[in-house]
Amino acid sequence: MERVDVVIVGAGLAGLACAYALAGNGLDVMVVERGDYPGAKNVSGGRLYLGPVRPYLPEDLWNQAPFERIVSKERLTMMADGGSTTLELSSVAFRRGGPPHSVTVLRGKLDRWLADVVAEKGILIIPRYKVEELLLQDGKVLGIRAGDEDIGASVVVAADGALSFIAEQAGWRGSHQPRNFALGFKEIIELPAKTIDDRFAVSPGQGAAQLFFGSITQGVFGGGFLYTNRESLSLGLVLGIQGLMDCQPPVEAHTLLDAFKERPEVVPLIDSGTTVEYSAHIIPEGGINALPRLYGDGFLVVGDAAGLALNMGLTVRGMDFALASGVIAARTILAARQRGDFSAASLAQYEALLKNSFVLKDLATFKNALHVLDNPRLYTVYPQAVTGILEQLLTIGPEPKGKLSATAIGEMRRRLLSWKTVRDAVGFLKM
Amino acid sequence: MNIEAKLGLDVFGLDKQPHIAIDQQVCQAVCRLRPCLFVCPAHLYTLDPEGRVQVNWEGCLECGACTVACQDKGLEWHYPRAGFGVQYRFG
Repeated sequence: MERVDVVIVGAGLAGLACAYALAGNGLDVMVVERGDYPGAKNVSGGRLYLGPVRPYLPEDLWNQAPFERIVSKERLTMMADGGSTTLELSSVAFRRGGPPHSVTVLRGKLDRWLADVVAEKGILIIPRYKVEELLLQDGKVLGIRAGDEDIGASVVVAADGALSFIAEQAGWRGSHQPRNFALGFKEIIELPAKTIDDRFAVSPGQGAAQLFFGSITQGVFGGGFLYTNRESLSLGLVLGIQGLMDCQPPVEAHTLLDAFKERPEVVPLIDSGTTVEYSAHIIPEGGINALPRLYGDGFLVVGDAAGLALNMGLTVRGMDFALASGVIAARTILAARQRGDFSAASLAQYEALLKNSFVLKDLATFKNALHVLDNPRLYTVYPQAVTGILEQLLTIGPEPKGKLSATAIGEMRRRLLSWKTVRDAVGFLKM
Repeated sequence: MNIEAKLGLDVFGLDKQPHIAIDQQVCQAVCRLRPCLFVCPAHLYTLDPEGRVQVNWEGCLECGACTVACQDKGLEWHYPRAGFGVQYRFG
């Protein structure tokens, strides 16, 4: 049996960050990837927040990264039937030179590039290689099996994504619960860079991120997103899987994206664009209450495979958690090698380091997020009320206009005052 | 643009061997909800004239939403073999 020090299963951002941080330390590291190339099976919305990962990966790495655009404009659109209300944040802090706050990405490009960087550092990356199972003995991971080939390793890093079948096979987690996962799917719509600059009123190289929630998901927990890339838009939806299953009458997920594209808020943004790809992925949203085992004898679990993602409504994160957890796994492996001990007791340091980092701190802080957001009124009553009240205030008709304050208070009382909304307000404060 | 046209934009390595199998026993006798018909973003699951669920696995985007939703374990779902399945260019 061939033997290496570390096998990383999956060349996504978590696996590649782990490999990057392990490189140059005299370890024999191998990354295996089932796609034809790194990134071939990977999908994100996608926006990457760089702030959290700066302490983990060097700035000059990011300076060379094939990012799409720097996000300088944030929009939040509440979608009602027959209208919508948009909040727009145009921030000088997000716009000025220097390290960007967040960037849009296409994983087909980004992961391929990072894999090339990692390969240049001497790490072996093998695409078109599907791991069938782990080699296990008394709960200890001895290596991987792919086809008729066995490869032994001191540590196997499960970086195999949200479905992580190897974690399931090893018994590190139970079967997937629909409540803990969302479905994300999107179209890539090509447009000339200049058209995007003009349409979103951004400077070349800068772009917009727009989130939509409300009637577009027909009461299902979720929302829409639009990110500007260099020469395309990523336009899609995220829908809670349990919410989709409970939806009455049932709605076919793909039809919601078509209806979203026909909304007057979206039509002018994608006009004359050409759809060039349709993609989908699931997103772990169970948070800290749904984490699998993160380490054990001879293994570590990173990124989406470990359920490390966080939907806070206004922000949706996963790639920053993936990158940081990959680097933290690498640090754990390097320390374990110093000790000459890859047992569960030694690799437990991984969880301790995660708990000390933003990764598990943020998941702990927002442990109620899923519960708060999984509330149909957020997608029906509230967006409708906000838009309805503004419409009342801004409409000038033939009748003499009532006092603004009386109109606003009356409308709020009529639309929003109930024990349920008061209870919701208390719930929001928990976030 | 209909869903078939959208899937036509994607690059697939077509295998002869299906990577999704439906256990018709479970599907017919146990499952009432049939969530696969609604959650699949590629709309690959349909009912045949006899009311049995069929899957056009060739257009699978490998998201796994169906296997998460199928809590009665009526689906045997694996990733396609290495070299097959969807290969995203943009992602």
